Amino acid sequence: MKLLYFAWVREKIGQTEENLPLPEGVSTVGGLISWLRARSPGHAAAFADPRLIRCAIGQEFAGLDTPLAGAAEVAFFPPVTGG
Amino acid sequence: MPRILVQAADFNPGAELARLGGEETGGIASFTGIVRASHGGSPRIAALTLEHYPGMTEAALAKLAACAQARWELTGCTIIHRVGRLLPGENIVFVAAASAHRGDALQAVAFLIDYLKTSAPFWKAEEREDGTRQWVAARAADEAAAAGWDE
Repeated sequence: MKLLYFAWVREKIGQTEENLPLPEGVSTVGGLISWLRARSPGHAAAFADPRLIRCAIGQEFAGLDTPLAGAAEVAFFPPVTGG
Repeated sequence: MPRILVQAADFNPGAELARLGGEETGGIASFTGIVRASHGGSPRIAALTLEHYPGMTEAALAKLAACAQARWELTGCTIIHRVGRLLPGENIVFVAAASAHRGDALQAVAFLIDYLKTSAPFWKAEEREDGTRQWVAARAADEAAAAGWDE
């Protein structure tokens, strides 16, 4: 599974992307956020408040309850601010 | 086919409007967004840097254009969004809709810009005149404007 990070999520984590297998016991976006929080202090800072995190699976917006089964590309980022 | 561009380069709103004309087009409505130096407080904005999610951005804008074309009778639709570092006064975004009738064109443009703000993966970082830098927070008013089209 490829994880992509954008904007301040990327800056807090200090990486633009990382590759890892779906962690054992993790089945949803919300579960992955909880798991990632323990990965490094940067991850903990980025994912401190899940209400400020948006997710896309396969480049489509996904919610906290969305299942990760079969996901190849998962992106985490702040609420969008274009326009 | 909608015309969708995500680019660092500037665009020419006049030339874009001219592309949308045609014998079946009764009118063209458009919105051009410009980088503003003043955001209601000090210090002022020295520059904006636009980051996006390549691939998803184009897909999200294509979906947005398709929604507008399904909802209104359009003869053409253009969405252009710039990325990278932009200075106050520079163009940042352009949306336009052409239709046989003004109502469809005007409503489609309002829908496109309202929804673009909440559904396309762009993020703005502000550089202030005092040298500080900060990511722009999403505005509840933008969420409300986009949600208004769902009612």
